[in-house]
Amino acid sequence: MSEHHDSHHDDHGPEKGIMRWIKTTNHKDLGTLYLWFAFIMFFIGGVMSLIIRLELFSPGLQWVNPEFFNSMTTMHALIMIFGGVMPAFTGLANWMVPMMVGASDLALPRVNNWGFWILPFAFTLLLSTLFMGGGAPASGWTMYPPLVLQTGDAFPFMIFAIHLMGISSITGAINVIVTILNMRAPGMTLLKMPLFVWSWLITAYLLIATMPVLAGAVTMLLTDKYFGTSFFTAAGGGDPVMYQHIFWFFGHPEVYILILPAFGIVSTIIPTFARKTLFGYDSMVYAMASIAFLSFIVWAHHMFTVGMPLAGELFFMFATMLIAVPTGVKVFNWVATMWRGSMTFETPMLFALGFVFLFTIGGFSGLMLAIAPADFQYHDSYFVVAHFHYVLVPGAVFSIIAGMYYWMPKWTGHMYHEGLGKLHFWLSAIAINLTFFPQHFAGLAGMPRRIPDYAVQFTDWNVISSIGAFFFFIAQFIMAYNWIVNCVMRKGAPATARVWEGAHGLEWTVPSPAPYHTFETPPVISESEITAVHDEPAAAPSRA
Amino acid sequence: MSSNTGGYFVPAPTAWPFYLTIGLFLMLGGVSNYLNGHGASMLIWTGLAISLAFIWIWFRGIINESESGKYGQQVDMTYRWGMGWFIFSEVMFFGAFFGALFYARQLSLPWLGGSDVMTNAVLWPQFENAWPTNGPGGVGGDFGIIPPWGVPFLNTMLLLTSGVTLTFAHHGLRENKPRRNVILWMWATVALGCIFLFFQAEEYIVAYQHLNLTLESGIYGSTFFMLTGFHGMHVTLGTLMLLVITLRLMKGHFKSDSHFGFEGVAWYWHFVDVVWLGLFVFVYIL
Ligand code: HEM
Ligand SMILES: [Cu+2]
Repeated sequence: MSEHHDSHHDDHGPEKGIMRWIKTTNHKDLGTLYLWFAFIMFFIGGVMSLIIRLELFSPGLQWVNPEFFNSMTTMHALIMIFGGVMPAFTGLANWMVPMMVGASDLALPRVNNWGFWILPFAFTLLLSTLFMGGGAPASGWTMYPPLVLQTGDAFPFMIFAIHLMGISSITGAINVIVTILNMRAPGMTLLKMPLFVWSWLITAYLLIATMPVLAGAVTMLLTDKYFGTSFFTAAGGGDPVMYQHIFWFFGHPEVYILILPAFGIVSTIIPTFARKTLFGYDSMVYAMASIAFLSFIVWAHHMFTVGMPLAGELFFMFATMLIAVPTGVKVFNWVATMWRGSMTFETPMLFALGFVFLFTIGGFSGLMLAIAPADFQYHDSYFVVAHFHYVLVPGAVFSIIAGMYYWMPKWTGHMYHEGLGKLHFWLSAIAINLTFFPQHFAGLAGMPRRIPDYAVQFTDWNVISSIGAFFFFIAQFIMAYNWIVNCVMRKGAPATARVWEGAHGLEWTVPSPAPYHTFETPPVISESEITAVHDEPAAAPSRA
Repeated sequence: MSSNTGGYFVPAPTAWPFYLTIGLFLMLGGVSNYLNGHGASMLIWTGLAISLAFIWIWFRGIINESESGKYGQQVDMTYRWGMGWFIFSEVMFFGAFFGALFYARQLSLPWLGGSDVMTNAVLWPQFENAWPTNGPGGVGGDFGIIPPWGVPFLNTMLLLTSGVTLTFAHHGLRENKPRRNVILWMWATVALGCIFLFFQAEEYIVAYQHLNLTLESGIYGSTFFMLTGFHGMHVTLGTLMLLVITLRLMKGHFKSDSHFGFEGVAWYWHFVDVVWLGLFVFVYIL
């Protein structure tokens, strides 16, 4: 073993000081960096959302001018999506994928370092626009031309920031996909992989397929603005609607990039605390694969009102509704996993359960939006805002929080405080519904999105929503305290290697905290650590 | 092949990617300032120099590691998968621009020309759909186009031939033919790439100086130059990669049974080749 080391590692333990983090090629270090980065971005994006909710607390213009309001909605979305949720999922993949498949590290550790370090620089470019002439981008995160072409000095900074984020996502995705395809321990066949790994395999595929398309779209914006091309100008034979097609060809798979890893996390946590194996492992895999496939042929449901031919409206309507089928399979399987399980409700489980309930609400509103004739009423209203926040906050974000509570004892060797965790869950669950449920009503009644003012009849719903938003934000400090003091600063009770009684998988076979290098020689996977249990083949009828 | 056989090469900590990112950051920040009309050439050139330096250093590091035998079978497989997925991402990037071309020709131009929808009647009743076009506004003024069966056809032949010479080189390497032959085939490939680029540049000059076909010639000019331009950038990169491989061959790198550095570049070159075929058909002929 030690001989082995010397021949393959010039350098072993972490370096000291700041250079450790700049130079690290270790998946655990980089996972930590990704997660801290996401944490900071969630905070910045959260402050922006509070500015939005502050302005919308009452009708009329009170706190900020309309341009700045629009910058806030735009920047909030870009930061939360590209700076918060995506890096957080990549951070979890960094930490967990190598441990779950029994690999020594990600396949391309230096590329992994690059993928992370691009992010702070990309977001410096993006955030610096807040201080520029003409203000930060204010066209909405979808950056539709011709409006986006009126952006001031911020414009090229935004475009190049997105290019950099794209490079980061693609390198990260290639790394994860290659690790999964090439570095599994012997015996870990594809259909024995933990579902989190499966979810990331599919997510990585979506990333590699769609981020370049986004890069192409924003490149066309750049040349339209500065180099006289006419991609999105009808006078030159182009079409602004063309941008929307290209953008959403990326954009819809992107929303699944934001949710598939969440499916993986929830499918990991529920069996642990129900003390049963996951119901319908194979169907979970096939459901994710079909969701990924379908996500490429539904994009124009974001454009029902743009003036598409009827055949287009119908095709995209039915294709979109089809996605509800594999999604339904997944929800069914989560519930069936809990059926007659011996359940306990530790914090990760609470967040996973919150996910199942509240994400499903977002799925239902999605189905309503998928009905093209109805979407003419809902489109660009607060109903859409309610929809995507239900899938993104109590969906994606809850799953990230659940995963953090679930795995952090393994990373740090110390338990968070269970009481504070439960308090955090209940406050968050209540606050998030206060924030977003009323937006359904405001939207159905006709309140448009992305406007700093509104008609007085919407006031009540908006007041509730704003109160909920501040309440949610404050509740997250309980989480920050709990994680930082108890886990990061190691004040909490020491964690055992298994951490959770019902947990299975290779990551639980190493000590807590997990050593800096795990599985330098591939582990032997015992039957009890295989989380993938296939449906029993029906017993052969006995012959007389 | 998919199992972790142990002893996977894990590189030592390194700041190369970090410095590369600083280079990119300075360069892109500089370009942004430049586009906003502020001078920033210092930033751009410094950033570019730093980026290129660290790309060089990083690849040199990889080559050294590879030649000193640190990469086993499994690392080789990693590079294969990695390169394959990288090329897939490039395909999707070109897909966005081909998509724009198809969308304009199949949907938005017919609509502007009066089929199906009201756009034509409301906006430009006199506009008729045709290709090539710079749109109802005649953006960029009248222009001529490059006929496909002249230089573009020649370029097609050049690239196809370069694919063949590259394959000869590859077979030579695999079958342990004399190095000199392999290297000659490689130089032939590099030369073909350079000639292609030369003709492409020539074509652009003709387009700009004689045909008034520019990036600003409406949707035709936009798609023409963005597609051929990005392709040309990829040929440039590919030729540089071929050159590096050739020099490495001359230094005695690569073994007959292990030379993914060579194969990866060959994959890339074939990808560039295939994109060109798409361009030749959809941009020049049709
Ligand atoms: C059953 C599944 C789903 C269906 C049928 C669905 C359907 C839709 C439709 C039709 C719209 C367009 C509404 C409009 O603009 O008028 C929409 C918007 C949106 N959806 Fe979903 N959706 C589903 C799941 C998801 C998931 C899982 C996510 C992300 C995690 C998501 C994120 C979004 C976002 C971000 C938008 C708004 C984009 C924007 O305009 O800024 N959706 N959805
Ligand atoms: Cu969608």
